[in-house]
Amino acid sequence: MYRYDNYDHQMLSERIAQFRDQTNRFLSGELAGDEFLPLRLQNGLYIQRLAPMLRIAVPYGMLSSTQMRKMAYIADHFDKGYAHLTTRQNVQFNWPELADVPDILEHLAEVEMHAIQTSGNCIRNTTTDQYAGATADEIEDSRPYCEIIRQWSTFHPEFAYLPRKFKIAVCGTHNDQAATQVHDIGLFIVRNDAGELGFRVLVGGGLGRTPVIGKEIRHFLPKEHLLTYLDAILRVYNREGRRDNKYKARIKILVKETGTEEFRDKVEQEWLAIKDGPLTLTDEEIARCKQYFKAPAYQSFGTASPALNAALAEDVLFTSWHQQNVVAHKKDGYAIVNICLKMTGVAPGDVTTEQMNLIADLADRYSFGEMRITHEQNIVFADVEKADLYELWKALKSQSLNTDNLGLLTDMICCPGGDFCALANAKSIPIAESIQRAFADPQRLREIGKLSLNISGCMNACGHHHVGNIGILGVDKKGEEFYQVSLGGSVENDTSLGKIIGPSFAQDDIPSVVTKIVEVYELERQGEEKFLETFNRIGMDPFKAKVYAKAD
Amino acid sequence: MQKLIKNRKIIEDTWLLLNDLTPSSALDTANDADILVPLAYWLENKEALQTRMGKTGVWLDSQELPSALKDSLSTLKIVAINFPKFADGRGYSIARELRVTMGFDGEIRAIGDVLRDQLFYMARCGFNAFDLRDDQNLEESLSAFDTFSDGYQVSADKPTPLFRRRA
Repeated sequence: MYRYDNYDHQMLSERIAQFRDQTNRFLSGELAGDEFLPLRLQNGLYIQRLAPMLRIAVPYGMLSSTQMRKMAYIADHFDKGYAHLTTRQNVQFNWPELADVPDILEHLAEVEMHAIQTSGNCIRNTTTDQYAGATADEIEDSRPYCEIIRQWSTFHPEFAYLPRKFKIAVCGTHNDQAATQVHDIGLFIVRNDAGELGFRVLVGGGLGRTPVIGKEIRHFLPKEHLLTYLDAILRVYNREGRRDNKYKARIKILVKETGTEEFRDKVEQEWLAIKDGPLTLTDEEIARCKQYFKAPAYQSFGTASPALNAALAEDVLFTSWHQQNVVAHKKDGYAIVNICLKMTGVAPGDVTTEQMNLIADLADRYSFGEMRITHEQNIVFADVEKADLYELWKALKSQSLNTDNLGLLTDMICCPGGDFCALANAKSIPIAESIQRAFADPQRLREIGKLSLNISGCMNACGHHHVGNIGILGVDKKGEEFYQVSLGGSVENDTSLGKIIGPSFAQDDIPSVVTKIVEVYELERQGEEKFLETFNRIGMDPFKAKVYAKAD
Repeated sequence: MQKLIKNRKIIEDTWLLLNDLTPSSALDTANDADILVPLAYWLENKEALQTRMGKTGVWLDSQELPSALKDSLSTLKIVAINFPKFADGRGYSIARELRVTMGFDGEIRAIGDVLRDQLFYMARCGFNAFDLRDDQNLEESLSAFDTFSDGYQVSADKPTPLFRRRA
């Protein structure tokens, strides 16, 4: 993975000194709260319901074992012994003291980490596919380009006070796993007819209050023009994005109000002024970034793994986990392992100090010392020898990290919700748990099959409820917490936005509502149909009829 | 007299910032005063203003586009850009366009809600003068220009990005 050089280290330590000074001035009353606000947000610090929340950047989700140990250390020394993984592939701590934050940042800098631009109206962490570099389903490894974007976006002097936050995703695979179509900028790595590498560029996607699927503004952008084109898009947005209403300030509203064609013309015009200028990427820079993401030292194995086959024959629980959580690798004899952090009774995406330390040790032993955080709030070991899978599983099991529900209904995306977040209208973690309890039977879960269920505690949509096959949104009704349910969302290649089924439900009703929805799907589905296919074929009515039917 | 920071030094501000002008008011101010007038006023009274003894500069509000000054830049010594709120980031793009795209080499001055913690990025975007908000400590603000020793991007102060300079 990427390693800092002297420039990166120098600028990071200067950033910490800057923030230490700003924090001291705030604590001494010299810097007003509303003026400190964007400064602390751009260093990842929110003031939450109970305590500050510190969001740490994990660039495109890549984390080394050393960095994971540091997360564990921070959880232990500055927090309550756990961390939370987010849908931007970042890590959050919910209980640090404001005065400790500069010290935490010093700790992070030791392992080339920081909290820069994880919040605020600036360019946020660029995200990508969690299997990048390890999957056969790949046009090109997206991570070198993510790193190029990370550097360009870090401390960008012109774009630190945008109308609103700005998120970029890069997809280098055929099957999009990075929710690329619902980002402010979505970049799909493609090859043109001549075999040259470039990007298909989407703008104006996003979730939040006004969910929109991104619009294509360029079919093929040669790779060397990546940064000049991004600069041009951001410049148009910074100049013309709405600043009169924060709910209309995202680029999606600008694109909608301007019209995609006209917006594209503005970008292209802006681009012409800088195209082929010094910001044009050089082959040397692309090669430099690529060398950090070279394949690890794989050994040569055959396709068959006798050790794995023996374990599969012997242990049913291991087999179940293997079927659900282990994914094909591009290299014979290796596998991609998903560590699913969705155990019933634990907030989705939460991970304890002990678990983090174990995960770090296991990454060293079994996956070249690296891992990735996924936007589904799980962890991936991308390069595990098949022969080691059984030992790895047993070790994971010792810390309850063997939950075998990847992609199933109980592998939910869920925001921290009203238990932590000051913005939330309603709690989301207890909702997730009540649904997990209603679907406790692993056999039943497998019969239902792949199904995404996403929960947000408010319309800001951190839990991506719009793009869940089943989406649940917490709403406030005269001071009481209610939940609105939508169906038919997806964030894969067939990205679509869910439609609201009808009037919202009380918290206690949610497990039975979800159960009824699933029952309709099971009854109506034909063959191997996925939830979205069945929903698109039969429409909302059968679901509605069942969910709102009067009890006899 | 008001003080401001220009080219990293605290100096006396000799310019008079004019707001909310009646059609003749700028022309009524002392003939030898150096004045900063709003864009619209400049565009309407360009010729008359240039007959005054004092110098004239233009200030842009954050929603105004520097391209409106395309034909005026050669006669202007100073363009000021207003920050109605410090979190309104349009001024950064305006300054960059003036300095980099349009090649303006006069003074680009930040006015309005200009605070110490934003100076570094402003300087990177092409501002070289800063009329800070009254409560800001100018002496202490001078250190802001040294916040970072380098930057990744191309900007007004760095014609080449770091990736072309990495040793």
